[in-house]
Amino acid sequence: MMSVLPYLVAAWIFLVGCYGLATSRNLIHAVGCLVVCQSATYVLLLAVGYRDGGTAPVHSDLEPGSRPLVDPVVQALALTDVVVGATVTALLLALVVQVAKRHGTVDPDELSELRG
Amino acid sequence: MSRRLRGWVLALGLGGLGALLVAACLDLPDFGGERHPYGDRAVRAALSRHTANVVSSVNFDLRAFDTLGEESILFGAVLGTVVLLRQTRDERQVEPAPARVSPSVRRYALIALPLTLVVGLYVVAHGQLSPGGGFQGGVVAATALHLLYIAVDYRALRRIRPVHLYAVVDAAGEAAFVVVGAAALLGGSAFLANTLLPYGEFNTLASGGTVPLLNAAIGMEVAAAVVVLLAGFLDQAVEIEDGPSAGRPTTGTRE
Repeated sequence: MMSVLPYLVAAWIFLVGCYGLATSRNLIHAVGCLVVCQSATYVLLLAVGYRDGGTAPVHSDLEPGSRPLVDPVVQALALTDVVVGATVTALLLALVVQVAKRHGTVDPDELSELRG
Repeated sequence: MSRRLRGWVLALGLGGLGALLVAACLDLPDFGGERHPYGDRAVRAALSRHTANVVSSVNFDLRAFDTLGEESILFGAVLGTVVLLRQTRDERQVEPAPARVSPSVRRYALIALPLTLVVGLYVVAHGQLSPGGGFQGGVVAATALHLLYIAVDYRALRRIRPVHLYAVVDAAGEAAFVVVGAAALLGGSAFLANTLLPYGEFNTLASGGTVPLLNAAIGMEVAAAVVVLLAGFLDQAVEIEDGPSAGRPTTGTRE
């Protein structure tokens, strides 16, 4: 059980985010839920790359080969993930600003009708 | 669809997805296992190219082409946000009034500003050696400028932040990344291959070949992108108002 617990944590975070996204009554809250969903991918990536007793794959103060290292590839992927997540969040929040201005509400349930 | 029905559909979907995810997790290799074939190869490649920070080596050398894509996503998202947050025809711009800032906040923000800026530049410059790099350092450097908003007011921030200039820097950072990549082509190797510069002495500032150059390009782009993004949101909050006629002045403070 312990050997897959971090993966299950990632799955749980993702499902919690999905639940929040689907039941959200406020678009800003929905964007926050999307960020929660995305954090699941950070947990999953870092969990996949972990090695028992491993340390950060940075040799500025570490003799190469002296200690086991965690997987740097997934860490780089997590960095990409963070950057893309932050920019997408900014774009979505900009959309929310415009929705709030045009429709006067940020409740997705009240946005069902199309308006010019 | 009623809320009740929607709740059932959601429960069904989440339950099914949860079951599939758990089944998939149980099939994954054990957490903390010894087998990381790509990780081992990435560490070897980074050491052979004298890049102390293996994560930077992956991002700016082994997977530099993916980082170009990532950078383009950032560029596109900033462009989209700027377009979405522009001043529309039925809105007008108001002049933010000066705001009173408590002296202690002002003092500490003004002390933190140069420190934060230096930390940001340090993190960009040492991306090939220690944790950090262009993405992280760029965000820190952009944050430093916004401490001026905390310390003084919006007008002070606007004076040091000609947005169109930062937009140009944003594009220049993206272009610099492509130019460094194309320069490798002139040297007779592949696009973005790390063959342009000597690898240098391990664990020194000038090590890692083109990694520091690409880091600097990204740092430039990210710092400018964050400034442009925040400018869009801050303009909406402070300067842009509905309706062409109402003469209500804004306070220009953080609300």
